[in-house]
Amino acid sequence: MFEQIANTIVFDWMALDSSHHWSQALHFFIYDSLKISFLVIFVISFMGVVNSYFPVDKVRGFLENKKLYGLEHLLASILGAVTPFCSCSSIPLFIGFLKGGIPLGVTLSFLITSPLVNEVALFLFLGIFGLKVTVIYALSGIFVGTVVGLILSQLGLETYLEDWVQEQLKQKMEMAKFEDHRTFSQRVPEIKAEAIDTFKRIIPYVLGGIAIGGIIHGFVPTGYLEEYMGKDNIFAVPISTILAIPMYSNASGVVPVIQSLVAKGIPLGTAMAFMMSVVGLSLPEAMLLKKVMKLKLIGIYFTTVALSIICLGYIFNLVL
Amino acid sequence: MKIKVLGSGCKKCIALEEHVRQALSELGKQAEVEKVTDMLEITQYNVMKTPALVIEEKVVSSGRVNSVEEVKSFLE
Repeated sequence: MFEQIANTIVFDWMALDSSHHWSQALHFFIYDSLKISFLVIFVISFMGVVNSYFPVDKVRGFLENKKLYGLEHLLASILGAVTPFCSCSSIPLFIGFLKGGIPLGVTLSFLITSPLVNEVALFLFLGIFGLKVTVIYALSGIFVGTVVGLILSQLGLETYLEDWVQEQLKQKMEMAKFEDHRTFSQRVPEIKAEAIDTFKRIIPYVLGGIAIGGIIHGFVPTGYLEEYMGKDNIFAVPISTILAIPMYSNASGVVPVIQSLVAKGIPLGTAMAFMMSVVGLSLPEAMLLKKVMKLKLIGIYFTTVALSIICLGYIFNLVL
Repeated sequence: MKIKVLGSGCKKCIALEEHVRQALSELGKQAEVEKVTDMLEITQYNVMKTPALVIEEKVVSSGRVNSVEEVKSFLE
């Protein structure tokens, strides 16, 4: 269907020559934009409904009572993957968890996985790479969150929280409680408004990602990237992980880029490491964390996450 | 009456503040509306999701932009 629309626009309406390089690139861009926008609209509407009913305080209550010899990290990481929340809420959420008596390491497991395993990106993955890769990606994100949280919990890092946070943690208080009894139809206008808002926010990243993907697709010769970043280059994984840290994009914007990179012969493990690093480690993220963590803790956090992403990249390149 | 909108300054918090002001004017009520962006103060209300709405020091909603109608129901 999208193929036909793109055909109509490019070759019928604009009457461009279908053998031309640029008209092919334009066709690819229109086709991919339509397909991905459609997917994005579907996913954010669906997630909006989930979000409206999702009880974050219950998640917290659930984690509070768990002492499972390390398994609580896995649990926190899984919950981080499925819990939808806006990044502007991450500080109150972080402090809310700690105040509820959830250990710092477990809270970090939650916080690390949350951006790594993004629902919108997962659905795009599913549409582009299929089920196997999607499951592997999701499990890896959960794995990174679990392992890094576990390691960090062994280091006793509570003293590297900002002083005002430490002060806050001394006073343990009950979370504000209120019930939301609205019916589904009462929720719809709000869900709709929120979905439109989210769409407007992420679509520039998505279109940007598709444009970059399109350029790679059309102009980078096949095998060129493979020669430098292929399986033979043992530094390819760390290089792409580190290169990705200063880059910031919404997860949905990275997926089309990854798609083109893989098509041009970059191994999937290297591509996934790149993606995880873009979405999981970024300057805005560091700025946000700076409000609650001292620089040293942010440093340890970023280093540990980066190292585990690199390890995963290598493992995937070996296995996949 | 004292109303606080808690939030780090993202779009949603601004929208919620607008809804509060509109609700007040539709009801013809007067109230002091304050926007709280300081993280320390926000977390002292024990909310985990922003924006949150506080009326007379009581948290009535968190994590979403309440409609004007809903804000009105809180105010009455």
